[in-house]
Amino acid sequence: MTTDYVTFGLELATAVFMLVGALFMLLAGLGALRMPDLLMRMHATTKAGALGSGVIMVAVAIHFGEAGVTTRAVAITLFIMLTSPVAAHVIARAGYFTGTPMWSRIVRDELKGKYDRDNHTLDTPPRYKLKATADESTAPAPDAPSESQPEKQKPDDSTP
Amino acid sequence: MNGLTWNIMLALIWVGMTGNFTGSGMAIGFLLGYLLLGVTLRDVPRFSGYIRKVPRVVRFVFFFLRELVVSNLRVAYDVLTPTDYMRPGVIAVPLDAHTDGEITLLANMISLTPGSLSLDVSTDRRVLYVHMMYLDDPEQAREQIKYFESRLLELLR
Repeated sequence: MTTDYVTFGLELATAVFMLVGALFMLLAGLGALRMPDLLMRMHATTKAGALGSGVIMVAVAIHFGEAGVTTRAVAITLFIMLTSPVAAHVIARAGYFTGTPMWSRIVRDELKGKYDRDNHTLDTPPRYKLKATADESTAPAPDAPSESQPEKQKPDDSTP
Repeated sequence: MNGLTWNIMLALIWVGMTGNFTGSGMAIGFLLGYLLLGVTLRDVPRFSGYIRKVPRVVRFVFFFLRELVVSNLRVAYDVLTPTDYMRPGVIAVPLDAHTDGEITLLANMISLTPGSLSLDVSTDRRVLYVHMMYLDDPEQAREQIKYFESRLLELLR
């Protein structure tokens, strides 16, 4: 009698986790359709996709109830959580280099003008640069900080 | 990490002695080994770091899981409601993490927590550029990420 309840509980838990996982995956897909620009789409697909697949893996582990399957489910979840933010970073970076437009209502963009298009390096805002290197760089190249300063100012001015 | 190898060895001895070669047997052995190390070697400097870190790692895992669920509920809400009130923006966050591993872990954690997505690290590794979904106050958003970073770094160092 008690084993009936246990199997019923396990089946119920499996079903609930499967449904919740599928729901998050659906939300990830909907987010990719509905969000206004590339970066906000990455928000939806990264978070909801990672949690959705993780929850489905929990359902798999409960359903099979074997040590071998459980360890594999944990490993799959860990690797998805490690790789999906990296994919988001690479896609966002590619979007920046190809000039994908941002949403018109963006509040602030401190990344603007910081990428060097020729050698693909990324500059640091002047206020966060190392003190020592900032002092060295002011003498030989005074135009470098002043060039990036108005770029940074632009989004601030346009917001109000 | 010397404490960890000792703990794993004690867990293996427990599994061998009880003959219970399963995941739960290993977990019990690990827990008992940790308690043993915690009680007997608390004052040995080589082990005290490990003994202090284990509860922090457990707490951080739960903290992170809660953040992950909260972030997903928020994304779900965002996807299903009109986008009018969103205030996206990109901010630069100065980094205290310096090695590749620390920065990678931090960037991944930021991407999986509510409303933030890490975009790129500057070439000199001084700042991390983060895209925020609701950027009402840039300084407050920076502090929030710095708090997250400090919690992560106290585990890694």
